[in-house]
Amino acid sequence: MPLPKLLGRPAPPAPGEPAAMNPVQAGQEAGITVVDWIDERTQLSQGLRWLMFRKVPKGINWAYTLGSATLFAFLNQAVTGVFLAMYYRPDVNGGAYESIRNINDNVFLGQFVHGMHKWGASVMIVLIFLHMARVFFFGAYKYPRELTWIIGVVLLILTLAMGFTGYLLPFDQRSYWATIVGVNINNTAPFLGPYIGDFLRGGPEFGATTLSRFYAIHMMLIPGLMAALIGFHLYLVTKLGISAPPWLKAHEPEAVHEVVEV
Amino acid sequence: MPADRHKQSSKYTADRGMPGAFEGETVTRRRFMEGVTHGAGGIAAAAFTLPALGFALGPIFKRQPFQWQIIGTAADFTEQAYVTKVITIVEGIGEAGKSIAYVRKRDPQLDKEPHDQWNNYIALSSRCMHLGCPVRYVEAAERFICPCHGGVYNFRGEVAGGPPVRPLDRFYTYVPPAGHPGHGYIYLGPRYSVNSELERFSPRDPGQPLDGIGQFLYPSRFSTAVRPSINNLPLPPTVPGVGS
Repeated sequence: MPLPKLLGRPAPPAPGEPAAMNPVQAGQEAGITVVDWIDERTQLSQGLRWLMFRKVPKGINWAYTLGSATLFAFLNQAVTGVFLAMYYRPDVNGGAYESIRNINDNVFLGQFVHGMHKWGASVMIVLIFLHMARVFFFGAYKYPRELTWIIGVVLLILTLAMGFTGYLLPFDQRSYWATIVGVNINNTAPFLGPYIGDFLRGGPEFGATTLSRFYAIHMMLIPGLMAALIGFHLYLVTKLGISAPPWLKAHEPEAVHEVVEV
Repeated sequence: MPADRHKQSSKYTADRGMPGAFEGETVTRRRFMEGVTHGAGGIAAAAFTLPALGFALGPIFKRQPFQWQIIGTAADFTEQAYVTKVITIVEGIGEAGKSIAYVRKRDPQLDKEPHDQWNNYIALSSRCMHLGCPVRYVEAAERFICPCHGGVYNFRGEVAGGPPVRPLDRFYTYVPPAGHPGHGYIYLGPRYSVNSELERFSPRDPGQPLDGIGQFLYPSRFSTAVRPSINNLPLPPTVPGVGS
């Protein structure tokens, strides 16, 4: 009994007719079409090629990946932070602590995501300092990369500010007293100190707005600044290229060695 | 040559041979439109930036109202020992707004600072003057000890050791005389800071010394600066809901 036409093998293409595609090929073709459609209108692939396929010097090693490791730590903080914000409540009257307890005890994977955010913060600080040490000891901060270094220092300061503002948010005893101490350390700056303290606390005492103030700074103000500065940092890295490790001798052009008769 | 070109250019657009220039015109219409557009953009940005900035900086300039609270009656306190009283520093935020005051009767033999109606009872703040941790009174040693960095204060709240930069802050206390509303109760008022001579200053934050140059390095804040002198401190309100 012959098979139904639907299940049978497709008829071979007639001469001059393009070969029929199997579903996988059809899917690939569709994907290429969509990407081409977008790229024809945005020319994004040029920028991507510029960003991704760069020439790098000889002798680069694992130490050169510390910058991207820091970037991934930042992305981890951003993603886990967004999901923690779905459950967190910056309520100074006990609600903040309760919401953190709820995240840890009741929410599915809540303790895990909270832990990723908490430990990720420390990992990010460690990676930043390793990255900084690599740049310092390899002399990669020198001309023309000084601005990249300066932006990196600003990013370090912003990351420390993230640590300071984020430490208060669980709102347990440790958070509360650490913030009191931290604000008072800021207060010891001569002349400006008293006003810095009032600005940070939102008043002369730790008050109703202090927690929400720290929360807004922690999850909106500083992350926005950091994302913008990271973008600029990466632009400069791509634009200026990666510096060679210091132990690598630069190959001088032959012309230099030529002895010129005068 | 730029220098030459600069010398040649006149301030009048007509002299520079611009098409459509007016007689006596110095700013081109293109330049003028640029200025207007940038100005309008600046005004639009300032319209939301300045209020937001003021909103964020406002607390620095806000004045705090004085508050008085009842901490007990005369029978609760002695000259020899401190009594721990839970007081409210900030209203409406529950536990986070509470603090502790150590209160005792003034002992004329011991307390040599000038006596007035605001220190019949000595009320010490529990905030360590190093960085603001809560000090604990240890009865046996007659010392206040800070758990964070080892600050030690003597019975009068003066620094006995460790990193603190000035004696423990104090609160005004008030005992309404007979016949006045609230008679029989001890009131606790605003906080004030003291230097090592126990002279009064407007309340400062921990870590800010008040001896020598310190009082000039750490000026009083707008929020608490204009603390009335003891002579015109507003009198405590009548006791709410407490009949005598």
